Amino acid sequence: MVDTSFVGRALDPVTYRVGREKIREFALAIGEGALVCTDIDAARAAGHADLVAPPTFTVTFTLPLITEFLKDPAFGWDYARMVHADQSITLHRPVVGGDELTTVIHVEDLKARAGSLMLTLRCEVTDADGAAVATTTAMLVTQGEL
Amino acid sequence: MSAIEKGTELPPLSLRVTRADLVRYAGASGDFNPIHWSDRVAGSVGLPGVIAHGMLTMALAGRLVTQWVGDPALVRSYGVRFTRPVVVPDDDDGALVEFSGKVTDVTDVTDVADAEDGARVARVAITAVFDGKTVLGRATAEVVLPG
Repeated sequence: MVDTSFVGRALDPVTYRVGREKIREFALAIGEGALVCTDIDAARAAGHADLVAPPTFTVTFTLPLITEFLKDPAFGWDYARMVHADQSITLHRPVVGGDELTTVIHVEDLKARAGSLMLTLRCEVTDADGAAVATTTAMLVTQGEL
Repeated sequence: MSAIEKGTELPPLSLRVTRADLVRYAGASGDFNPIHWSDRVAGSVGLPGVIAHGMLTMALAGRLVTQWVGDPALVRSYGVRFTRPVVVPDDDDGALVEFSGKVTDVTDVTDVADAEDGARVARVAITAVFDGKTVLGRATAEVVLPG
């Protein structure tokens, strides 16, 4: 049974340092061909401080946090039957190597419909100066009732 | 890129996704959900087989946009709905996914954060087809076009 008291809450902030090699690894895994993602000289020549992360890179540090929350027995989510229904990413600026990013998950919404539970989680990502870097929203669906 | 306007079509992209790609993406992204690598687990939750990470399909579709504008740093927003799974067989050919896109709107940048004079933002609608059916819904990206 899902604990609905989590809805409306913000989880504890978690900080992640974006590694240059992690960006390169991610770019190679998705086949991103832009040199600014894999070649430091190309990135600097284009005016970036370090390698530029592909737009969906935010998943590498937000999804493990989301997974940890969804597997927490205290929340009571059926993780095994979960599907990812919807994802949006807004980049207030590009993520680059060396960024120290802090993510706060907001448990935004939970709805039940026809035996399914629909959960909306919003991640607010800020840099070391507290400036907004990214806002990502995931809608996740699993079986269950409220 | 001044010729870009509503209706402009992006160069299409056809990609094959293999089990090896899923393993690599799992490691790179940190998403180790076994439905993306274990037939046993995928079958036990009612899936027709191992399926690609939705976020991998989203990332591959994003390449359509980044190869078009040239710099991934120009992407301002990107959203999709995962409407059907991409089933990835355990063979050398994998799953063929075909991506296409079209500009639906071009607007002038109005917020101060984008200092470049004359910069515009293009909204792109992306289509991803696997096995004759679309696998992403409402897939939309917003990219800054240099002035």
